[in-house]
Amino acid sequence: MPLPVPQITDDNAAFWTGGRDGELRIIRCTSCGYYVHPPSPRCPECLSDAVEPSAVSGRGHVYTLTINRQAWVPGLKVPFVLAIVELDEQPGLRLLTNIVECAPEDVAIGMPVEVTFVERGDAFIPVFRPAAS
Amino acid sequence: MTERFEDACIISGIGQSEVGRRITKGVMALTLDAALEAIADAGLRPADIDGVVSWPGAVSRAEGLAPASPGSSGPGPHAVIDALRLNPTWHYGGPETPGMFASVIHACMAVASGMCRHVLVYRALNEATAWRTVSERVSADAGGVTGPMQWMLPFGAFSGPTWMGLYARRHMHEFGTTREQLAAIALNARRNAMRNPKAVFRDELTMDDYLSSKMISDPLCLYDCDIAVDGVTAVVVSTRDHAPDVAGSPIHFEAVGSALGGRASWDQWEDMTQTAATSAGAHLWSRTDLKPADVDVANLYDGFTILTLFWLEGMGFCGKGESGPFVEGGQRIALDGELPLATSGGQLSAGRLHAFGHLYEACLQLRGQADDRQVEGAKVAAVSAGAGPLASCLLLRSDS
Repeated sequence: MPLPVPQITDDNAAFWTGGRDGELRIIRCTSCGYYVHPPSPRCPECLSDAVEPSAVSGRGHVYTLTINRQAWVPGLKVPFVLAIVELDEQPGLRLLTNIVECAPEDVAIGMPVEVTFVERGDAFIPVFRPAAS
Repeated sequence: MTERFEDACIISGIGQSEVGRRITKGVMALTLDAALEAIADAGLRPADIDGVVSWPGAVSRAEGLAPASPGSSGPGPHAVIDALRLNPTWHYGGPETPGMFASVIHACMAVASGMCRHVLVYRALNEATAWRTVSERVSADAGGVTGPMQWMLPFGAFSGPTWMGLYARRHMHEFGTTREQLAAIALNARRNAMRNPKAVFRDELTMDDYLSSKMISDPLCLYDCDIAVDGVTAVVVSTRDHAPDVAGSPIHFEAVGSALGGRASWDQWEDMTQTAATSAGAHLWSRTDLKPADVDVANLYDGFTILTLFWLEGMGFCGKGESGPFVEGGQRIALDGELPLATSGGQLSAGRLHAFGHLYEACLQLRGQADDRQVEGAKVAAVSAGAGPLASCLLLRSDS
């Protein structure tokens, strides 16, 4: 079994397909500027319903990580790094993701990272690699 | 302290099926074994049961935050009600709650509100059988993952150890928590399991065994993870008026805790050095005049070793970030220590009964029926359930 793909809907399409244009797109409130993730039709900060996808820089840092070494499903390639990445745009704006293009043991909390995309089915899965310095 | 709904309720009976990794009985048979034992222990007959509540109910897929892996739900209330031909005035089974003890709290609410007099509460699992017989432990629809799991499964975050590995690493980073400190939880559980004939793992476990075991999702290794079993635990929550008629001895509810103090999400949880144990623990202590120092036995959730540390901090048994040193060496948390933990062997060594093993054991301890592992003079017990955004806890006492 390969890694699952998300079911793409009107609500999540901007996030899962923005990578086609090389953009990481997060829902943002046009009233107060707050980024909302996962997508929601209303801003939890100011309760405005004026929200729309907005491209972010794709840069952030590793908040925490784990190196998964267990093949939970047949064919799962291990080890790989799962991490929570906090994006530069807003404190607490985070994604669970993978850190790629470096040895798992070299990933550390606080490490600067940048987005890259893995095409799978109709989705462009946002994963992160060490930031170019 | 003003009047609390907890005062209106008692645990009048407890029951538990056989528990193991290779059990031939089906999960419905185990469920009825546990239920009938609890009802009889309460001094009741099935016809006396007028409420049934279970977590998570019969669910086959997770659209919410509660796991729905094979074998993790068992029969729901409708199946049990029909099997025993019950006619309850209230019944409920659902997964979107503050963790597994939501069913116990829900039963208390039903009793205190006057809806019911005797509520059967149970947790049924047959994960050992299911995992042997189901080829795909993770099922994703061909059409793709929906709901909150879409933010985790596409990255390979398939299972509890990967989610909790993230939390454990952050706790280590901020507070210097060590693997040896996590091991103290696993080793303590095994020592207690060696005194529990129903525990599934009863061979000695050493620090060397722990440190050399297979890494599952770094920093969590094999012995940081609990053990899938088949087994069902049931309790009857009754009105306090029934106390004189209880066959065993009644257990009283001192306080419950269920507050969710963060986002309802595993991956968006703000402070991964803690879980909803922090808010549930604070909620519990806000409902009682007792203090953590009054607790004689703490059967805290241990689906992973790190979760017990989160509960120790969350329920105020030690300060924030201090749980590693608190458990180090294991003396303080041993059966003869200042705060005995996981007295049955917990989920780490006795098997994953999903917090209800801890509840059953706490009742045995308060009734003085824990045999070789009895904590002398145990009168107040804390029990807790859950991880991440799912958390609930109970403070129980033997004195009326």
